[in-house]
Amino acid sequence: MTRFLIPVAVLALLIAGLFAPAVAQTSPGPLRIEITEGVIEPLPFAAPTFIAENAAASDVAQDITRVISADLRGTGLFREIPASAHISTITSFDSPVQYADWKAINAQALITGSVEQTANDQLVVRFRLFDVFADEPLGEGLQFVGSPESWRRMAHNVADQVYERITGETGYFDTRVAFISESGPKNARLKRLAVMDYDGANVQYLTDSRAIVLAPRFSPNGDRVIYTSYESGFPRVYLMDVATVQRRPLDALPDTMSFAPRFSPDGNRVVYSESSGGNTDIYILDLNTGQRTRLTQAPSIETAPSFSPDGSQIVFESDRSGRQQIYVMPASGGEARRVSQGTTGRYGTPVWSPRGDLIAFTFQNAGRFHIGVMRTDGSEERLLTASFLDEGPTWAPNGRVIMFTRETAGTDGAPALYSVDISGRNLQRVATPGMASDPSWSPRLP
Amino acid sequence: MNMIAKSALLMAVLGLSACAQGGLGGGNTVDLNANQGAASDPRSPAYFNQVVGDRVLFAVDQSSLSPEAQSILASQAQWLLTNTEYTALIEGHADEQGTREYNLALGARRANAVQEYLISQGVAANRLRTISYGKERPLEICSNESCYRQNRRAVSVIAAGAGV
Repeated sequence: MTRFLIPVAVLALLIAGLFAPAVAQTSPGPLRIEITEGVIEPLPFAAPTFIAENAAASDVAQDITRVISADLRGTGLFREIPASAHISTITSFDSPVQYADWKAINAQALITGSVEQTANDQLVVRFRLFDVFADEPLGEGLQFVGSPESWRRMAHNVADQVYERITGETGYFDTRVAFISESGPKNARLKRLAVMDYDGANVQYLTDSRAIVLAPRFSPNGDRVIYTSYESGFPRVYLMDVATVQRRPLDALPDTMSFAPRFSPDGNRVVYSESSGGNTDIYILDLNTGQRTRLTQAPSIETAPSFSPDGSQIVFESDRSGRQQIYVMPASGGEARRVSQGTTGRYGTPVWSPRGDLIAFTFQNAGRFHIGVMRTDGSEERLLTASFLDEGPTWAPNGRVIMFTRETAGTDGAPALYSVDISGRNLQRVATPGMASDPSWSPRLP
Repeated sequence: MNMIAKSALLMAVLGLSACAQGGLGGGNTVDLNANQGAASDPRSPAYFNQVVGDRVLFAVDQSSLSPEAQSILASQAQWLLTNTEYTALIEGHADEQGTREYNLALGARRANAVQEYLISQGVAANRLRTISYGKERPLEICSNESCYRQNRRAVSVIAAGAGV
């Protein structure tokens, strides 16, 4: 049975809660977040184990349910009512919901589902989302079909649907993260290029550890990764196809070093830094024509460039004023305007949000590092984190969560990946097989 | 030529004289190659590394050469001018107190500063190359200034070759 979408009550915290005084939210529907004094009450939900339509689907049905729950809880916006507290059990995907039983335990959102392994070895995952206090479904039930190996992606797709219907924001769970997997002591570090699901599953290594590799970045559709490698003996930008692991170096002039590459939003160009004669400037390479264009020409250090999502501007860091600051220039080069406004400290690694509204950056001052965000005119600067060494933010595709590297101090200092909401809440470590650095968040997978 | 180089050269000459006079004893066969490659051989890269000094240090965020650095580099230049069968790859490094890309650029500045100084002392440009490792290859791994200052360095790595 399908229902038409009803008006969705949006979790206002993600928008209003950031830049306005925190207020208790009153919305027309019962699905809402109470915001008092900046504390957000996570929305309680129940996700009883998805029904296995046949015995072969029994284990994966439990796994899928667990991944959905972990995705939602991991946002810091949802709180699960555990199975031990459930009054009703869901015994069939199509049986009517006993809303009173779910209201009794304050499960405001209810997710039900079923999983079937078909005769031709496909997995069919169905789900429904219910607005419990409104006594009706929220949106339509959906069905996903795929190979059994893609069960995690299907779980993430269910969680994305739930997240989108309740928050009004696009989800970010069906995504990958490229990063550098590190091992060994601090003075003999080994680094390998790797990709994984955003939650740490399905780690895949793309290089061995023979050469230093740094700072991979995904292409706009997630099919390629661009990174810096010392495999030629000198730092140089390489382009790798993720599916085939085939790589090629980008053209480079002799006696130059290149690094800090990023794709343009249409995936056809790469903006990067090139050092020659001790001076570092920003260049663009057209991947199709091979044409290389110099964008900055200054004796200062210009590096860490990042495109705006509409492709018209580039944000970068420069020490032309005497210390590192953030600047924006047209993507064709030309006059740069300074964006960072702080009178102390150093600003670096600027990254434009995929929503276009914010720039994330690394701020360094008085021996501490911070991840921060600012509006694209430099106003409303907010620091989200603080530690011995935080650097290198990357945006989730919905522009609401940032992942970054945090490294601890001392001889045993080790880097790890962390994520934080742009409200500064929900700081969490990201699971990686060992030490990790330089994360790059993919777009939603096609 | 500085004092260390002169005295080492003198010792080498004396050693040879002693050998010729049989002063070192032990048979009539003298192996003039015995100390080749060792730090006592002024023509060896080991001598360059340990006696001349293969590295200079920098202040935080700086790529300018201190008087001490210039003195070491002047000796490096002299050695390179004397021993023309070698080239040098100058590595620029930074400490961990900075972001990754900026430190790569800073290392490049430091390596270039050394390269330019060596050229100003007469070393042919085609015998020198530069590379930056940013903060990727620290020597000392504690997180305070005693280690950081050792990491803010440019190292001239000697290799055989006549230059490109």
